[in-house]
Amino acid sequence: MTIETRAPGVLDSLASSGRRRRLPRINPFAWLIFILGVLYFFLPLVGTFIHSTRTRPDIFLAYRQVFADSKFFVGLGYSFAVGVITIVVSLLIIVPTAYWVRLKVPRLRPVVEFVTLMPFVIPPVVLVFGLIRVYSSKPLVLTATNIGSDFVLVCAYVILSFPYMYRAVDTGLAAIDVRTLTEAAQSLGAGWARILWRVIFPNLRTALLSGAFLTMAIVIGEYTIANFLARTQAFGPYLSLLGRSQPYTPAAVSLISFGLTWLAMGAIAFLGRGARTRVQVAGAR
Amino acid sequence: MSFLELTGVQKHFGPTVAVEDFNLAAERGEFVSFLGPSGCGKTTTLRMIAGFEVPTAGAIVLDGTDITHRPPNRRNVGMVFQSYALFPNMTVGDNVGFGLKVRKRPGDQIRKRVGELLELVHLGDKMARYPYQLSGGQQQRVALARALAFEPQVLLLDEPLSALDAKIRVSLRHEIRAIQRQLGITTVYVTHDQEEALSLSDRVVVMSEGRIEQIGSPFDVYNFPATGFVASFVGTLNVLPAVVVDPGGGGLSVAGQAFRINRPISARTGSTISLALRPEMVSLGEAGGENVLRGTVADVSFLGSIVRIRIQVAEGVVVTVDEFNEPTLVLPQLEASASISFPTEGPLVLESVPVIEPDDLIAEA
Ligand SMILES: Nc1ncnc2c1ncn2[C@@H]1O[C@H](COP(=O)(O)OP(=O)(O)OP(=O)(O)O)[C@@H](O)[C@H]1O
Ligand SMILES: [Mg+2]
Repeated sequence: MTIETRAPGVLDSLASSGRRRRLPRINPFAWLIFILGVLYFFLPLVGTFIHSTRTRPDIFLAYRQVFADSKFFVGLGYSFAVGVITIVVSLLIIVPTAYWVRLKVPRLRPVVEFVTLMPFVIPPVVLVFGLIRVYSSKPLVLTATNIGSDFVLVCAYVILSFPYMYRAVDTGLAAIDVRTLTEAAQSLGAGWARILWRVIFPNLRTALLSGAFLTMAIVIGEYTIANFLARTQAFGPYLSLLGRSQPYTPAAVSLISFGLTWLAMGAIAFLGRGARTRVQVAGAR
Repeated sequence: MSFLELTGVQKHFGPTVAVEDFNLAAERGEFVSFLGPSGCGKTTTLRMIAGFEVPTAGAIVLDGTDITHRPPNRRNVGMVFQSYALFPNMTVGDNVGFGLKVRKRPGDQIRKRVGELLELVHLGDKMARYPYQLSGGQQQRVALARALAFEPQVLLLDEPLSALDAKIRVSLRHEIRAIQRQLGITTVYVTHDQEEALSLSDRVVVMSEGRIEQIGSPFDVYNFPATGFVASFVGTLNVLPAVVVDPGGGGLSVAGQAFRINRPISARTGSTISLALRPEMVSLGEAGGENVLRGTVADVSFLGSIVRIRIQVAEGVVVTVDEFNEPTLVLPQLEASASISFPTEGPLVLESVPVIEPDDLIAEA
């Protein structure tokens, strides 16, 4: 097949040029693993792309259709907005919690870590049924209105983001001397809000970005919860609906959304970087 | 009334007693060091002054105000940490200005003050750098400037030099002292390095196992140690077990060799007491005083400006002698026989070392 004959060729040239320039001797086994990894990640993308161009004679027909479909932009925009809100809420919960646990009650770290792992233990279907049962009956009826359902959706996603966000933040906190920096700020007269906002948050930049990135990826691709909450305009349900009715467009949509998500996150990373380039270097030390 | 007063301060961590009954009165502008071995409670005491720990009992009064239970950000106390603890996300200028910004001073005033302080620590040109672009010594100077910028009432330093290498350690400690004198700021300095404590301080607090052993000027602590612990911890010390021969006349003997001290001894004839003898009090040869002991050379070590020689006087009794290194000095050979001499005012009788009475020896036998 085309895929197999072309992809290794590209990689070989990549590998050999790299070798020539600055990796004089490297374990061939390491290269094998690297190449397998690259294949594992890129073959599905290449396959999807090839599939999306099977529309003959106009091979870009699927892409043209996608861009002509307003539901695509609505879906992506909705999911992106939900993703951003989820990230903000998740950060506001996780950063102070992880900080406080590290600073004051390190004994409780395993407990908190376990709690944040719950989304891996409870399947999304169970989670969403639980939420619907609780919030569609009195005293708190939320699922009856659109805004209420959006609210429940964000809450569910915040829970889904916990394992990724907590680990990212906790790793970031481990890389700085949280306790001494806190005490230094305190002795200079700073209160808790200022310490969190001026000292802790800025030094977690890299960690926060990776947590945010993972959360966004989850939200954009999530299907089950959005579907059960009747948020059919969300990107996941939209994609699934499309897949049932059309053969080639879903592949095109996946690739476009993939590209757009990366672009958006890259933009966030880049914008965040502009203000404080040097923090990154300090953090990486 | 003193400027900074700690009265009956105690700190327990569960069953651990970190500090017990700490009493100190420091005058305005005084430089006080806490000196003691690891785990003796120096840091804990400092942290109570800073407000990071709350005393289990006792009171801390600063300039007439009881600050025992005041949170650290509402005390006016500057702190310098062993690990510098500069904010990595801020420039040197922003680090130094942090305390002023917290206090909502106007921007131009902050800039002026930051400039002054960076000049003071000789880093005027490093304002826009980030901490990771500075050496350890420079980072610690920034930390010092940061702790001083908001004009704290007290400056606290917890082993600020121990992460630096020897050369910088010495030059920076002189710099700290010079700045402290210039600003006249009351300072508490924690260290386990006796040389640092002795060379910097107006007064030294020698601590052991959570207790104060002695508070005094470096001169007093070194020359008139109040307890055996102080004598052995501050400076190198020879401890001689000696048998009392003539209590009234100060007559003693070690392994059958008689010598004398210039004071009466408050112990019975035939009992064994411990004597402390500083290496610099002892001379090689017989010209250093009227007491002479004979033995063999056990060790010779060359330490640069001085040569440290160890003479075995009896089984298990080794006396260390420091000689200045001069070109004319003839180093003794190992195993050679040698004699040492010291004046009658040289040896100190150690109080807290248990004195063995002859009756006890009989009872044991
Ligand atoms: N947070 C704490 N919890 C329990 N015990 C503590 C705590 N902080 C200090 N200790 C104990 O209190 C005692 C004094 O500790 P401290 O840190 O004051 O010693 P130090 O004199 O500063 O020693 P070092 O020279 O090693 O820094 C030690 O036995 C220590 O184990
Ligand atoms: Mg300490």
